[in-house]
Amino acid sequence: MTPTIPMSSVVALLPEMIVAGFACLVLMFDLLLPRDKKDPLAWFSLAGVALAAFATWRIKYAEISAFADTFVVDPYSNFFKFIFYVIVLLVILLSRAYLKQDRIHLGEYYHFVLLVLTGMMVMVSATDLITVYMGLELVSVTLYIMAALKRYESRSTEAGLKYFILGSFSSAVLLYGMSIVYGVAGTTNLQGIGAYLNGAGPNPAATAGLIMMVVGLAFKVAAAPFHMWAPDVYEGSPTPITAFMSVGPKAAAFAVTLRVLIEAFGGLKSDWEVILTVVAVLTMFVGAVIAMVQTSLKRMLAYSSIGHAGYALIGVVVGDALGTFSVMYYLAVYAVMNLGAFGVMIMLRNAGLMGEEIDDLKGLSKNHPWAALFMLIFMFSLAGIPPTAGFIAKFYIFMSAVNAGYIWLAVVGALLAAVSAFYYIRVIVVMYFQEPDGEHVLTLNAGMKAALVFSVLFVLLLGVYPEPLVNYTQSAILNF
Amino acid sequence: MMQAIFIYLATVCVVCAVLTVSLRQPVYNVMALLTMFFHVAGLYVLLNAEFLAVVQIIVYAGAILVLYLFVLMLLNLRSESRHLHRQWPFAVLILGSVAAMLVGAMQAGGFGLPTGEAPAQVIQAVGNTESIGLTLYTDYLLPFELASLVLLVAMIGAIVLTKKELIQDHGEEQS
Repeated sequence: MTPTIPMSSVVALLPEMIVAGFACLVLMFDLLLPRDKKDPLAWFSLAGVALAAFATWRIKYAEISAFADTFVVDPYSNFFKFIFYVIVLLVILLSRAYLKQDRIHLGEYYHFVLLVLTGMMVMVSATDLITVYMGLELVSVTLYIMAALKRYESRSTEAGLKYFILGSFSSAVLLYGMSIVYGVAGTTNLQGIGAYLNGAGPNPAATAGLIMMVVGLAFKVAAAPFHMWAPDVYEGSPTPITAFMSVGPKAAAFAVTLRVLIEAFGGLKSDWEVILTVVAVLTMFVGAVIAMVQTSLKRMLAYSSIGHAGYALIGVVVGDALGTFSVMYYLAVYAVMNLGAFGVMIMLRNAGLMGEEIDDLKGLSKNHPWAALFMLIFMFSLAGIPPTAGFIAKFYIFMSAVNAGYIWLAVVGALLAAVSAFYYIRVIVVMYFQEPDGEHVLTLNAGMKAALVFSVLFVLLLGVYPEPLVNYTQSAILNF
Repeated sequence: MMQAIFIYLATVCVVCAVLTVSLRQPVYNVMALLTMFFHVAGLYVLLNAEFLAVVQIIVYAGAILVLYLFVLMLLNLRSESRHLHRQWPFAVLILGSVAAMLVGAMQAGGFGLPTGEAPAQVIQAVGNTESIGLTLYTDYLLPFELASLVLLVAMIGAIVLTKKELIQDHGEEQS
């Protein structure tokens, strides 16, 4: 008997194969280039991403279950894949100047970025706990290395090591939860677990496995009280990599959380609802309150990213069609606006200035009105002030909560969003109402300009005319 | 009889796992880990998974632990005067209660009868190695291939983080 792989499986996996293939080609191509001229690799990687996006677009309308139901191509996974393509595009465009500045413009960087992309794509398409775990681990292991990429700086190596130890620990907790669930249900397939739990009724062992899996996933999205690693890791990693970490893998982990909770544990909703409500409130609280006392812009954005995970968790708690929609929409918008804010921070980095303190922005509006205006728009959007996309995204989250009867959760969220607006506005005050200490020298190239203009247009246009993205997101939610 | 063997193996596993993190000398830690791996292999034999037991011994005991030992001996670590964290009683307390709750939950829920695609009868009918091979290279082909990517990135990462010449010269950079 010779087992064969059906052609449909290969087609379903095509985008991932393209990205992984380009990741390996980057390594070989790297050898041909002199040490200080790695720019072609950036364009080469982008070509790979474009090709993968084309492949995803071609198979967009099919719903293919592949590799014995361990992998699926559906509108939900494709939605997230498109977000990831945009994220990787922006990250590659934003990171070149910074990497050169800090002498870590290595060919391997692009290899890592593409492999993280592969891992994220597998995560959102995984319909089996084993595939989920492998995708997650591919993303995590690569990020540990990327966090420590600036290895001559102790802050960066410390970030890498901390991330590695806590990340492995959380993976172990997640895996233990999965093994308990497998012991109960006898299958690792998400649909299979869902069918078993619906048929067999409540089972304390299944709940125990569920709790451990939720803890593991909460680690990965940096939700309180499992957020301790995030500020240090985000602060220590090179800025473009922090930007990448705070949007891409976070969105992927949310996508996995939603799929696992709804497809496999839909029958235990009353259990995970309670856990996640507590986690969501704590996360929003930590994100809003601790960010206020930060003097480092990078650390502040780290806490802000924790807070945003809290808002997205409200949508997960709601867990119905509107809740899922609001999480997906929120993640898409958050990814672009957060990358924009990090992009401005990367611009400030030059030979003499780290550009990571809030005080470094002093009087930016006098020296570089455009940079200050961009930062203002991103800060408004992160704070959720109209007419930006961030406002619409928060609005849908709170609307889904109110619709499902979680009115108090929506009220708490809105209050904490108002509190967190304080520190976003402080950045604006520093930029516009304080005198500059000296001249800001911006590090800027055409790619960064394009990425920043794209982000600003995205944030503003979706703030006044959100329909296209809303419609697309609505067509991509999970089946109920 | 089976139960007695199981209790022996499981107890030694747990004791050795605790010793692995609590002993003072790094070499002793590794030795405790080695003992644990052997007894885990014994558990696999009890479950009719002889192939896994052999792989466990060859890969973990044979390859990985030898590497650990090499690294430890090369590094020449000094043993610290206080090797346990100051808060270890709290950790024991919290983990103990979590473990008690897990045991309680599993007792109450129960794993029931052997489930899944490959209970012992099926494995014995097809053969141990063959049934693992068939499952791994058909149903779980995708996770298997992904594992190769994880290993690749670990390898590249080790090179990037340790190789000297990769970092560019400290002089002025033209961009």
